[in-house]
Amino acid sequence: YRHNGETSGLTILHLYHYTEIWMEQMVKDHPDVVTVVKYGKTYESRDISLLKIGLNTGKEKKAIWMDCGIHAREWIAPAFCQYFVREILQTYKTDAKMEQMMKNVDFYVTPVLNIDGYIYTWENETTRLWRKNRSPEPEDCSCYGTDLNRNFDANWGTIGVSFNCCSKFYPGSKAMSELETRAVTDFVRSRKDSFLCFLSIHSYGQMLLIPYGHPNYTAPNYDELMMVGQGATEAIWKVHRTNYTVGTPPDVLYPITGSATDWARMQGIPLTYIFELRDNGTYRFELPEDQIQPTCEEAYRGVLYIITYAHDKTFNGAVANTAVTLSARLWNILHLLWFIGNK
Amino acid sequence: EIMRLVVVLAVLMGVSGIPDVTISPPTASADTSAHPNSIPETGAEEDVMATGELNPNHYPARRAAQVVQHYLNTRYGSPFRLIGVQTVHSGNAEDVADSGRKYQLELSVNDIITNTTQTCSAELFFPKGKGQQPPEVKALYQKYKTNQTLMSSDFAQQLRSDISTLSNSKLPSDSHGHIEPDMKPFWHLGILASSFIMLNESTENTLYNVAQVANITQLTTEEDHLEFDCHTLLHEMVSQEIIHWKMLFTWSPAEGVKVVQMKRLPHRHEREKSPKTN
Repeated sequence: YRHNGETSGLTILHLYHYTEIWMEQMVKDHPDVVTVVKYGKTYESRDISLLKIGLNTGKEKKAIWMDCGIHAREWIAPAFCQYFVREILQTYKTDAKMEQMMKNVDFYVTPVLNIDGYIYTWENETTRLWRKNRSPEPEDCSCYGTDLNRNFDANWGTIGVSFNCCSKFYPGSKAMSELETRAVTDFVRSRKDSFLCFLSIHSYGQMLLIPYGHPNYTAPNYDELMMVGQGATEAIWKVHRTNYTVGTPPDVLYPITGSATDWARMQGIPLTYIFELRDNGTYRFELPEDQIQPTCEEAYRGVLYIITYAHDKTFNGAVANTAVTLSARLWNILHLLWFIGNK
Repeated sequence: EIMRLVVVLAVLMGVSGIPDVTISPPTASADTSAHPNSIPETGAEEDVMATGELNPNHYPARRAAQVVQHYLNTRYGSPFRLIGVQTVHSGNAEDVADSGRKYQLELSVNDIITNTTQTCSAELFFPKGKGQQPPEVKALYQKYKTNQTLMSSDFAQQLRSDISTLSNSKLPSDSHGHIEPDMKPFWHLGILASSFIMLNESTENTLYNVAQVANITQLTTEEDHLEFDCHTLLHEMVSQEIIHWKMLFTWSPAEGVKVVQMKRLPHRHEREKSPKTN
């Protein structure tokens, strides 16, 4: 497989081994900004790693979480994580806004969370469409794997799951039964007050999903999540005119419980999104090479919109509030003017 | 009047537009007593099915639109014309006595190959009752002048004269979605034949796409039309299942695709152990 250097865009979806080499290379190239953190093990004893990216200021920093590849067959997701990392490392030196964000925020990016599943999809033609992790079959059932995005402790096991272990939605023997799940929760929980934003990257479907996946629960900041989500989909559309839809899973897709983003929202992290990248059905999981770059470009703009909002809300507080409420105030004023004028 | 306006404006400027949001997560559900082997619920089975005006971004309209896509491909698709839903503009759903549910949709669809878009009005009926009954669809598609007619008949001519070109072809040919340009018409044929199955199998609780044409082979035939054997993998989004189907189908430029035989292959659960590291 061709291994693309840092300067050219990512055009091949890498083997996980190359991902490991790439992570080490990022640290070598940006030693004062990037570190690798091993924060858990998969069922097959592989290290789960993330890249911590940010400028060292000595001050207490906020954080942004991004995980890719929780579902093994969604290869475009790990490709996007790599694109995102390279993009922020390239722009912060010349873009004042990105530099400011790197000073105030640390980015925690996991290029592949479900490493065992991902490696399994490379094994041969029959395994390419594997979704779950590779933990072994329970006693009374004969299939491998738990759907990691149903395994988190967030209304676990109630709806949108199946307790048939052969199901693609098998949520595990209990909440947090999987090593991969606990790696995420242990890491995030130890720093949960610092996280502004928790993003989980998937494919396909061209959607931004907001909490909650359970139809009977509404996130307390649903309006904000929708508004910011809509801003993100507009930013996405401007790049290549790709349509993305925003909404809760029960509204736009199907109910989900036990997802990483629902869990993160319940921990108090205010802005949590699942990104379902391209496409919307033509190629599904096997996205052709010539679509990788444009998919990553547009998704990057969507992610940037969300993280900029999250950052500005915390660090440019007055500015953010004004921006958000100004349109509301203007609308009120116009409304009243019309009312007065019509007396 | 103006003074009053100024006072009012001054008051408004001081009022916050959006109230402060307090973040208080709901307590996690204590009910973990889901039935073993329960099928994935869509939420729609327990709740009343969406009726009246539909939100075009929500799943009921999106799933119904996908059914229209499959229908259009069975009627108007060819190796050089593949139709996709682009946007759902509006939709309506209602119960029809005890016999089923009726949908009305306004969509934009596009010819994926020429990237031309048109609006489309569609009506669907999902029958209720025992067993899987296919939905009934009514939708019109305008076949604009493209060179698809010419290309189709050239393609048919080419296949009649040289049958050996296509045997055991897998499309896409690798895990990266690669398809040789001259293999694309065969991939489209596989998708069209699959559209018959996807249309037949669709309900309000499914969303079908073709994941892969695992195998497509041209067969010899005495007839005027061309004959193919194919094995495709369908992805059903709501259950996330990959479902294998084998089909025997015919195609001619005049008659389009007709599926002669179809058979669902049994679910193959992955039982093989993958090699462990360390």
